[in-house]
Amino acid sequence: MPVLEKDGAQIWRRHTLREKLVRWFGWLLGLLVFAICWQIISESTTWFFVWDAPRIANDIWTRATPPRWEYITQLGRPIWDTLNIATLGTIIALFLAVPVAFLAARNTTPSALFIRPVALLIIVSTRSINSLIWALLLIAIIGPGVFAGVIAIAIRSIGFCAKLLYEAIEEIDHTQVEAITATGASRWQVMAYGIVPQILPAFAGIAVFRWDINIRESTVLGLVGAGGIGLQLSSSLNVLAWPQVSLILLVILAAVVISEWVSAKVRGAII
Amino acid sequence: MSHRELDDMLGRKWRKPHFVTNPVLRWSLIFGFIAYLIAAFMTIEVDWGRVYEGLDRGWQFILAFTRPDFISRAGDIWGGLLESIVMTVAASVVGILISIPIGLGAARNIAPLPVYMICRGIVAISRALQEIIVAILLVAIFGFGPLAGFLTLSFATIGFLSKLLAEDIESMDKVQAEAIRASGAKWMQWINYGVQPQVMPRLIGLSIYRVDINFRESAILGLVGAGGIGATLNTAFDRYEYDTAAAILILIIGIVMMLEYLSGVIRARVQ
Repeated sequence: MPVLEKDGAQIWRRHTLREKLVRWFGWLLGLLVFAICWQIISESTTWFFVWDAPRIANDIWTRATPPRWEYITQLGRPIWDTLNIATLGTIIALFLAVPVAFLAARNTTPSALFIRPVALLIIVSTRSINSLIWALLLIAIIGPGVFAGVIAIAIRSIGFCAKLLYEAIEEIDHTQVEAITATGASRWQVMAYGIVPQILPAFAGIAVFRWDINIRESTVLGLVGAGGIGLQLSSSLNVLAWPQVSLILLVILAAVVISEWVSAKVRGAII
Repeated sequence: MSHRELDDMLGRKWRKPHFVTNPVLRWSLIFGFIAYLIAAFMTIEVDWGRVYEGLDRGWQFILAFTRPDFISRAGDIWGGLLESIVMTVAASVVGILISIPIGLGAARNIAPLPVYMICRGIVAISRALQEIIVAILLVAIFGFGPLAGFLTLSFATIGFLSKLLAEDIESMDKVQAEAIRASGAKWMQWINYGVQPQVMPRLIGLSIYRVDINFRESAILGLVGAGGIGATLNTAFDRYEYDTAAAILILIIGIVMMLEYLSGVIRARVQ
């Protein structure tokens, strides 16, 4: 126990002197890095605009309120498109994620040496690139529209779903699998009766969870031209129609809150 | 045969139990889902001719990954990447520092009700608004550049980290905290010695995870002019310079993989 001798009495200390020094230098180093980063940000900022920000914010606020409520009649179709992008994207992603997850899980992979790394690479690379970037890329390839949005959401979700699913597969109770194997079941029967029932609740939970996130992401995909309500947002922004922007933001907020509520309810019912 | 006996005992043929046990709910879910799918497919317009034309470009893009071009746009790539990293570091530091007091305030077992309501409100707002929408508004207010991106990421970090920190504090072991309080500790000492040691490992793990997310998000903020590598990537896609785009994507994936590995190592050490 680190103690300090003072007037013959021992006083308890949280850290030894050495620990204190290491910590102190760690903080100093962190502070230094932060100062450098701040310096770089500060250099590429026009500070005049920043000092002017309260006035601008106030200006935008007065322009944006009240929202143009009658515009909502034109938002029905974009919202439907947004819902489709998120839902169809999630379904396609789940179809693709299941085989990837089975190939990536240590206890079900056919080859831990060759196939597992490939599956893990698919998971990491689809996960680390944002759906907006996938959308940009797909618009360049297959043209703007809802379809590009669906595929972008699908690709982005594969990694996420497969990662959570393969972790669930690795955590299954092995005794059940052994029991099914002991009855003389084939490889596929073991899968269907030993593994699938154990991961089905996790699978449903992951699907709803990802659907919720995808609703969020699909509302902004339109900013790059991939359909949905983001398209309306970006065209309203381009013509500086702030009352429309504020209405669209309110609609997006409502969609996000509702989807989160639905997802929480469904997950609560499953678990 | 034992199978026969089981069927005799049940009085009917054994079948796998259904995932949704209520048959009315099950069938209405299935029919609703099929009806939705049909409606969704009817309303999505896919220009298959355009998709077919695009396949060639898609193949070109995949080929570009075999010969990424780091050289011809080296200045833009490294400049954008540095800006992304700088934004990530600065925003993570500020975001984490702000989210600790808010996280304490949003934990029902240590904060009084008014403080709890305010902090939960901040968390809810921050979580409901996507990064890219916040970035659009902040760019409009503060002007183009990494400052808007930095503020966006800090704001998003607060919602994420405060919520998870608050949940962790709410589920902590009360006994330890009470023991510290019984020794006559002041409020700060109580937090410092009773609460902090319990939540620290998870806080560190979550913080590193958030750094990872912030970097990924910083890659798209450039699309709306909030600084970072996104602007370079957008230009590369617009000019069909797939080899440069591939180089940038490889760099992003590489850094994300490195961060993920690092966070795994650190989390294993603190837990």
